[in-house]
Amino acid sequence: MMGLGEWARAARACSACVFFMILPPINSLAYAFSAYISNEKGNSISIIDTDRMEVTKTVQVGHRPRGLALSKDGDELYICAGDDDLIQIFDTKKLAITGTLPSGPDPELLILSPDGKLLYLSNENDNMVTAIDVTTRKVITEIPVGVEPEGMGLSPDGKILVNTSETTNMAHLIDTQTHKIIANILVDARPRAAQYTPDGAELWVSSEVGGTVSVIDTAGAKVKQKIAFAVPGLSKEAIQPVGLRFTKDGKTAFVALGPANRVAVIDTATKKIQKYLLVGQRVWQLAFTPDGKYLYATNGVSNDVSVIDTANLKVVKSIPVGSFPWGVAISGQ
Amino acid sequence: MSCDGKLSLGAVSRILFLAATIAIIWLGAGGGAFATIDVKAGFIRLPPTQETVSILDTPAQDDGIAGARLAVEDNNTTGKFLGLSYSVEDVRLQAGDDPIQVLNSFVEHKVPFVVADVPASTLLTLSAAAKEKEILLFNIGAPEDSLREEDCRANVFHVAPSYSMLADGLAQYLAWKQWKRWLLIKGSHPQDELYADALRHSAKKFGLKIVDERIYQDTGGGRRSDSGSVQTQRLIPPLTQNAPTYDVLIAADESNVFAGYLPYGTWDPRPVAGSAGLEPLSWDGSHEQWGAAQLQNRFIKLASRRMNARDNNAWVAMRIIGEATSRTNSIDPKTIKDYLAGPDFAIAAFKGQKETFRHWNQQLRQPILLGDGRMIVSVSPQEGFLHQTTELDTLGLDEPETRCTLQ
Repeated sequence: MMGLGEWARAARACSACVFFMILPPINSLAYAFSAYISNEKGNSISIIDTDRMEVTKTVQVGHRPRGLALSKDGDELYICAGDDDLIQIFDTKKLAITGTLPSGPDPELLILSPDGKLLYLSNENDNMVTAIDVTTRKVITEIPVGVEPEGMGLSPDGKILVNTSETTNMAHLIDTQTHKIIANILVDARPRAAQYTPDGAELWVSSEVGGTVSVIDTAGAKVKQKIAFAVPGLSKEAIQPVGLRFTKDGKTAFVALGPANRVAVIDTATKKIQKYLLVGQRVWQLAFTPDGKYLYATNGVSNDVSVIDTANLKVVKSIPVGSFPWGVAISGQ
Repeated sequence: MSCDGKLSLGAVSRILFLAATIAIIWLGAGGGAFATIDVKAGFIRLPPTQETVSILDTPAQDDGIAGARLAVEDNNTTGKFLGLSYSVEDVRLQAGDDPIQVLNSFVEHKVPFVVADVPASTLLTLSAAAKEKEILLFNIGAPEDSLREEDCRANVFHVAPSYSMLADGLAQYLAWKQWKRWLLIKGSHPQDELYADALRHSAKKFGLKIVDERIYQDTGGGRRSDSGSVQTQRLIPPLTQNAPTYDVLIAADESNVFAGYLPYGTWDPRPVAGSAGLEPLSWDGSHEQWGAAQLQNRFIKLASRRMNARDNNAWVAMRIIGEATSRTNSIDPKTIKDYLAGPDFAIAAFKGQKETFRHWNQQLRQPILLGDGRMIVSVSPQEGFLHQTTELDTLGLDEPETRCTLQ
């Protein structure tokens, strides 16, 4: 007999084939999503089966793995191995490192262009954003930005790349055609994540030390509002926004608040905070499952991942992973 | 510049002129998209001449100033996007030099910000000379509480933590460890007594007990000798003999005379803290948490050595100047002073949380690192030490007890 979970998996694996939902195949082709967690101090990747919500495998990778990105087909996971000064290519089927990409010094975070051809990454030690051709594995260009480049984001149309620089305290907007900076926007101290709203109208930037999220009007390239946080019983210094994600419909934003050990849920339209979800210690990066039902949050100090049910706004599970979990990427397969 | 590293006043003028010229050239190269504001800072230092117990602590020629130079690089990376160009002029005082002359030279060349790594008395001299002038001072070297209390000055911002902040940072950790009984040993110099006094105050504040106090008389002479450890090995045990039961030996040796000899030398097997062993510090070359590894890497690249507390204080001071000028788009000392003491200022300084100025005495709030020279053992404020405004104000003298009236 198929359990409910397996049914769900089968349905997801072949959502177009309503047929299978009525008549399940004898050999189920079902497989869950895979969440990849980089363990900064563990020098490893924990792979989580998102249906079972448990780690199925831990793979040793390069030194100080942080930023993660998946190829369009999900077959390759790109891992920033900061202390090795390179990007490792991890084959998600063989579950092994199959190659490397040149990255420049200390790569921290990366993002794939919408066509899947280019990887843009921030070199924290070198004040550069590097663009790499994934096919030829060559560096195409290096763009000088501020001190300690960090967060990387792309506008929904792929025309603008945004990079945050932690010590310069700016969001740098870069034209992806010319690779030239078109705007530099000062935000609060130590900016981390940068995300466009799905409609592209706003760019949100989290500031870890400033304790705020700056909402930038993309048309005017100006900060139009700052969202501040207040958690009863916590000092304002403990609230350090880092990871930032919008739901697909753009209606809700989730912001990881670092040592405040909470993920804030924000109504995108009103900028009002709806809820603070208690997660693990020093919550850092966030990623949705492809169906948007769950949000995975890495907790650096408590060595676990919190799973948030996005419909009910509840933390449903803590999954122990490796040492100092940092980044998270989730594939649709 | 002469070969001993001293910069004459004439040289300062020449360099300032050069800096201005470079700024103009730079502006030209920038395509004139916007006018460049030249942000000049002076750096006055009077390096301590004393020897250190450990040869590892011998200061480098560019002690302190190297941190300021790195911050200038960092500020310029930001500044190039905003039309701000930063520079710092290093003036190394020799004993007997007149600091007022240096200050006047800065005033003459319209240098609005001066980072001072000088003793407390020199800082007060500079502050008095800077009164009524368009200049702000940043104290990175003098930890005296008096400068933040009865001798506080409106034109001085304190980046270096005070003795009381350092002592509280250590005391909170020892309270957490339940090492509540202290044997205090202090040197015979006035500076040692200031630190000892802060430690006594901290012990009282956090419910710890100083069971006995001893003095190490500095009888002069050099630290280096070829006879090795024979004498100190015999000297330290009796110094700590016949003490009431204690948990930890606390040393106040600001003059770097004896504390380095204490670890492993005590009569009873006890840990050492304070001026040796577990030291409260504003920074250490071994600190790497909260992104500090990035700053350490940049510093090593620039200075070919590790960043110490003095270098870091200088870096933070210059970054504060960078932050305030880029946020306000101004180099007017009055505007900058209001911004720094106001609610909008915060600096990220790689110690895990934002750092701001106490408006009542212009002291930078900051976590205190506890290091043993190789590792950061802990960072204060410790969990559980609460405060109604910010937990950072559990470190050092707080607003209700301040004797400071800024003027």
